[in-house]
Amino acid sequence: MEITKELAIKLLKQMMQIRQFEDMIMELLAKNIAEGGSHLYAGMEAVAVGAISVINPDDYITSTHRGHGHAIAKDGDLKALMAEILGKKTGVCKGKGGSLHLADLSKGNLGANGIVGGGIGIATGAGLSIKLQKQNKVVLCFFGDGATNNGIFFECLNMASLWKLPVVYICENNKYAMSVSVERSHAVKDLTKKALAFDMPAESVDGQDVLAVREVVGKWVNYARQGNGPSFIVANTYRYYGHSRSDPRVYRTREEEKFWRERDPIIIFSNKMKEMGILTEEEINLIEEEVRKEIEEAVDFAIKSPYPEPEELYTDLYV
Amino acid sequence: MRIITYRQALNEALDEEMARDERVFLLGEDIAIYGGAYGVTAGLWQKYGDQRVIDTPISENAIVGVALGAAITGMRPVAEIMYIDFIGLCMDQLNNQVAKIRYMFGGKCTVPLVIRTEGGAGRSLGAHHSQSLEAWLIHIPGIKVVMPSTPYDAKGLLKSAIRDDNPVVFIEHKMLYNTKGEVPEEEYLVPIGVADIKREGKDVTIVTYSRMVLFSLEAAEILEKEGISVEVVDLRTLLPMDIETVVKSVKKTNRVVIVEEDCKTGGTGAEIGMQIIENAFDYLDAPIIRVAGADVPMPKSPVLEKLAIPDVERICKAVKEVLK
Ligand SMILES: Cc1ncc(C[n+]2csc(CCOP(=O)(O)OP(=O)(O)O)c2C)c(N)n1
Ligand SMILES: [Mg+2]
Repeated sequence: MEITKELAIKLLKQMMQIRQFEDMIMELLAKNIAEGGSHLYAGMEAVAVGAISVINPDDYITSTHRGHGHAIAKDGDLKALMAEILGKKTGVCKGKGGSLHLADLSKGNLGANGIVGGGIGIATGAGLSIKLQKQNKVVLCFFGDGATNNGIFFECLNMASLWKLPVVYICENNKYAMSVSVERSHAVKDLTKKALAFDMPAESVDGQDVLAVREVVGKWVNYARQGNGPSFIVANTYRYYGHSRSDPRVYRTREEEKFWRERDPIIIFSNKMKEMGILTEEEINLIEEEVRKEIEEAVDFAIKSPYPEPEELYTDLYV
Repeated sequence: MRIITYRQALNEALDEEMARDERVFLLGEDIAIYGGAYGVTAGLWQKYGDQRVIDTPISENAIVGVALGAAITGMRPVAEIMYIDFIGLCMDQLNNQVAKIRYMFGGKCTVPLVIRTEGGAGRSLGAHHSQSLEAWLIHIPGIKVVMPSTPYDAKGLLKSAIRDDNPVVFIEHKMLYNTKGEVPEEEYLVPIGVADIKREGKDVTIVTYSRMVLFSLEAAEILEKEGISVEVVDLRTLLPMDIETVVKSVKKTNRVVIVEEDCKTGGTGAEIGMQIIENAFDYLDAPIIRVAGADVPMPKSPVLEKLAIPDVERICKAVKEVLK
């Protein structure tokens, strides 16, 4: 696949933004600056960045409880996202949603979700809406391996296939749902087989390789845009951090973690760009520095932002 | 007496009942090696193994349905729904199957099933991890609903729930797991359906349950210094509700404040208040006051979250108001 320098910079920068954003949140949690929980996307960057890079700004996505990466890749504003996670008035949802509910409808991000599988219905409904309005948009529906065990997954994929809705279902298979491995919780270990029940095309992809993700998602996005209906992609990936802050990760080995850390999406892509002569080491370092500044600014903005006023408790409930 | 946490008390209850009765088994998400999202089942998988501590897929509807099937065919399952916010995903099984099956079958089966779950705000987790949905549940005839506030009650009530031949929804509070209290080493049970006077007083009765008991006791302490004597009634079980104990207190104080964390409209307090009116109207010297959660989804922002649920100050204010 052709890759321009401009595209390479965009992909690398977004992946770095996500990584540094998540590392920063971990720090803020440790210092109790951020309250509540946050499920971090570090390690999985290539999935959101690769997939979202092949759709248009007015296409939709639905996200998950691990939603910072999707939000950033869908052109999210780092400051507003960071402020939201801290529950500040300047947050993208005015501090009412938080990490689990990051959404920016103006950018086509139909939201993260505190309910595992919660976005699958919304994505399928957005697909139906696109079809009824005869638009040429598509929906990328992100969810985890664990979510494919909930009823909503089966009900929605059936509907989408039956009605030929323009939805690309992207399962981020990071091997675990909290502490429970795919091995221990799915009757079929090859998750692409789940699509067979709906006569839906399915394909798996290396989720650590942003270009591979682009290629596969791009193919099925075109398929959807041409009116052929939905598809199911399983992106194989790994989350670096524990499920949440308090997770001691006793259900997986340090060797396994090491194996995946060696398959780091940012390093893989950086190396490839250097090999292909598209980016130099210096350019890559420069991007990283630039991102560091952006993240610092975002944190600074978020920390300095005020909390919502008490009156906000009752606003936004009804129109 | 020995002091342990609410979490430990619950863990002991599960452990003891599993040791006592082979039919008792646990199923739920991340309850085995992880020990439960809030650590309540820690160590039990190591002790009892895969057959009795079962990690399930993320399939809440099936967890409850499967537990029911096992319950009416000889087992005594204790299912865990990680957050009460996910109860909606299994509400059909709970409401249409679990709660009704015995009645519909003319009393021909028993349903010895416990659904443990956890609710409440306080951790700034936002709208899908902070709700208090007990009012949905007390609207379902056929189940029992238990909400303990102390380690002692938590242990004794969970043991009773597991031995009960009726389905019991057992709702813990995420902000109580680390609280400590006296729990005897010896075995004991706390009966379901019996309220407890957590503090005696003569001027005002506070009727409450779960975490709000702690807030109410704090308020009572403060009010005591101002010369106001508050009686705190901890319902412990919401369904069936021990209205007799409440009425007895009302007959003594003649004034009532209800403190509940759930949303005010259609909330548990509405039911408590109405039962008081039905049973003790003539003894009331002032209208009942409710201190309740705001009628909004739980906001993430820590400042808004605090405003969305009762606090000690609001409870004190309500007590003074009801005395006017
Ligand atoms: C309906 C529901 N059940 C359980 C949970 C608790 N929970 C949050 S994330 C999670 C694991 C999800 O696993 P997966 O879908 O694989 O996504 P991952 O966290 O691995 O990205 C669980 C059990 C929830 N939020 N919603
Ligand atoms: Mg997963």
